[in-house]
Amino acid sequence: MAGTAVRGRLTWQVATVGSLTDETSSVRTIELEVPDWAGHRAGQHLDVRLTAEDGYSAERSYSIASAPGEAVLITVERLDDGEVSPYLTEELRPGDEIEIRGPIGGYFVWDGTDPAPVLLVAGGSGVVPFRSMLRHRERAGAAAPVRLLYSARSLPDVIYRAELDKQPGGVEVVYTLTRQQPPDWTGHRGRVDAALLGEVAWPADQLPASYVCGPTPFVEAVASSLVSLGYPAGQVRTERYGGAGGT
Amino acid sequence: MDALDGNAIGGLLREIFGAEMTTASATCATCGSTGRVAETVVYLQAPGAVMRCRVCGAVLMVVVRRAETNCVDLSGLAALEPPLQPAVC
Repeated sequence: MAGTAVRGRLTWQVATVGSLTDETSSVRTIELEVPDWAGHRAGQHLDVRLTAEDGYSAERSYSIASAPGEAVLITVERLDDGEVSPYLTEELRPGDEIEIRGPIGGYFVWDGTDPAPVLLVAGGSGVVPFRSMLRHRERAGAAAPVRLLYSARSLPDVIYRAELDKQPGGVEVVYTLTRQQPPDWTGHRGRVDAALLGEVAWPADQLPASYVCGPTPFVEAVASSLVSLGYPAGQVRTERYGGAGGT
Repeated sequence: MDALDGNAIGGLLREIFGAEMTTASATCATCGSTGRVAETVVYLQAPGAVMRCRVCGAVLMVVVRRAETNCVDLSGLAALEPPLQPAVC
């Protein structure tokens, strides 16, 4: 309700669309200019609300793709049967206005102050909050070593590939391609399983911080594999995405 | 649509409770287990949002929006406690 904002309560506000960047054939990054942005933490998300002329409205959550202190970016994967993502990835133009609220979440965040090693496991567009964390690590000069294990269908489906391929020291990015690999591919193939995690994940006795993000079945499988490797069940932070995003 | 988790309704819960709630502890009134709201099972395809216990599957919370009002049923929760201090990672 306009004019009755309560402290701590989130209100919808109008954001203006800035630059648009195509990441893959079905994924687009959208810059949002938000006049009253409170500042976000790496890993948080925001809600987008689209309202049709007849009053029907739909809300979706999108992870923030930029570091704290940077312009607000969200990265959206087009789901062919989606109500919101086709509009955001195909119709939206710079200068358009959309309703958002955020930042949201205090669980799936990494502030970079803990020097413990960090394991990030991404399925498809689940890599988005990790891009915020990696950018934050670099900007904040955080010392924690990071390993990102990223499962994608094929090399052209890898989001942020150019940026991920030139990470600074202390960050290792490992890809696994599940459906299609280039002829000269020497990396991992197939889904993330306990064997691959055993190879890539920090040993549990190093007390790593761990984050898993992707479609629900991916997250469930990875989280239970990590627990089988000795990661304490309550300490694997998980965020599940809806839709049928490819991993 | 798949089952999601409590992260997906972080915005809705802030709208209702006026605070960050994904790090709150939720105690199931059916089985007594306690977990973070972020780790509960959430369905959004129902008319409204339904939160279920990850251990026993019982309904913890239902939020249905009617006109401009959120109708909130918390009868499946024995306790819902926000963290005393902001979570630091």
